[in-house]
Amino acid sequence: MPELSTPYAARDHARSMHGARIDAMPTLPVSDAKNLPSDIERSALIWDETLAAGEYTSRVLTRGTRLRMINLQGDACAQFLVHNADRPFERLNVADTVKVQWNAYLGEGKMLLSDMGRVLMSITRDTCGTHDTFSGPSTEWSNAAKYGHGENYSPQPNARDRFLLSLLKFGLGKKDIPASLNFFKGVKIAEDGAMSFIDRASQPGNVLELRAEMNVLVSITNCPHVLDPRPKYTATPLRVIAYRGPLTTPDDPIRNAGPEAQRAFENVDDYFLR
Amino acid sequence: MITTEFVIPARAPWSHVIKKGQTMKIIDLEGNQAVDCIFYSAADPDERYSSCETVVRQKNIFLGLGTTLYSNEGRPMLTVVADDVGRHDTHGGACSCESNTLRYGHHTKHQHACVENFIYELGQHGLGKRDVVSNINWFMNVPVLEDGALGIVDGISAPGKSLELRADMDVLCVISNCPQINNPCNGFNPTPVKVVIRN
Repeated sequence: MPELSTPYAARDHARSMHGARIDAMPTLPVSDAKNLPSDIERSALIWDETLAAGEYTSRVLTRGTRLRMINLQGDACAQFLVHNADRPFERLNVADTVKVQWNAYLGEGKMLLSDMGRVLMSITRDTCGTHDTFSGPSTEWSNAAKYGHGENYSPQPNARDRFLLSLLKFGLGKKDIPASLNFFKGVKIAEDGAMSFIDRASQPGNVLELRAEMNVLVSITNCPHVLDPRPKYTATPLRVIAYRGPLTTPDDPIRNAGPEAQRAFENVDDYFLR
Repeated sequence: MITTEFVIPARAPWSHVIKKGQTMKIIDLEGNQAVDCIFYSAADPDERYSSCETVVRQKNIFLGLGTTLYSNEGRPMLTVVADDVGRHDTHGGACSCESNTLRYGHHTKHQHACVENFIYELGQHGLGKRDVVSNINWFMNVPVLEDGALGIVDGISAPGKSLELRADMDVLCVISNCPQINNPCNGFNPTPVKVVIRN
């Protein structure tokens, strides 16, 4: 232990950490991002952060922003919530998302719908193809049953409490946690309704990219899936990158995927009219 | 035995506190009437039914005899102790004026909808829109096919079929007797349902 008997010594000790780098951290300034995917313009970068197992992050993204999640080593689980950043009592509605699009499995070209008939974000790129709309977040008790502990202060934090911390920082609370999504981990539904966890749903480098169609608050945590049967708390790093992009154009393929999508985008256009 | 009966009119909201140990029977009087339903802990409404918690615990997305409904705090709220139908929906959610505009067109914006019932009824208890969570649809049939295709299809309920729940804690039950007329969930004809509460 260092000898830190004066404020000056303590200050010097603290400052000696300046410039430290670890694998899982935010990049500031974001223009210093390393190993940037070649198709992303450095000048358009807004956010670059890597989450190790159990870590979480949240951020407001303005409409048009692209949010890319990269499953660096193939075993991340991106548990995900999205709210309307301007009026957070409008939020992701998983039931409407699957019902309106007539399919329970998410993938490229699908929309994430709010409870007010609008598209919050759309999936512009997906090289994984396996995601989960049914299971929701891991919980303190589901983690405790498998790993012995699940609290935020434990080494095995759970996604629900990560979401709560994320939302509390924006003045929100428990009431603001609806059913959530899991990206890069999937569940298969049998004809009789039985749910089975899909092992090895993703590969290293798999990408999911979302386009913000409204101003959104995204909450992301990289925690093992609630149905992941492994006794060891396992989630490999998840990289999160956001960059500026144009607003969705009238000829956009997701917007024109069907009448439901057309009307979801029309409702967004209508919302932003001024 | 003390029995209390309620008839919920077609298209109407309803709420009632069910005490721990009481049973609640919901009777589909005329057949294929979706009953949208959310439960809250009567002591602390921040604790409420969780579809995720419920389906993950039983590793099945349908509700039926023996299903325990769990809260977002991981506690048992109610248990299905009788069921004539076989399976009930957890994933179709509630119809709303806003989602109707996506599903059917803007001409349906002003049709009455379950979320209108839910938020109005929650408002009677000091609750509101933020308290609406993914709900149960009793008597509603929402299959998921091999390719993930999902939709509200013809019901498998019939006149007089019912299910019965036993409360494992004091709960506030909030119901919307679904007014939807654009899909088969109510056989295109919303009808009354009966609720029977027994001590």
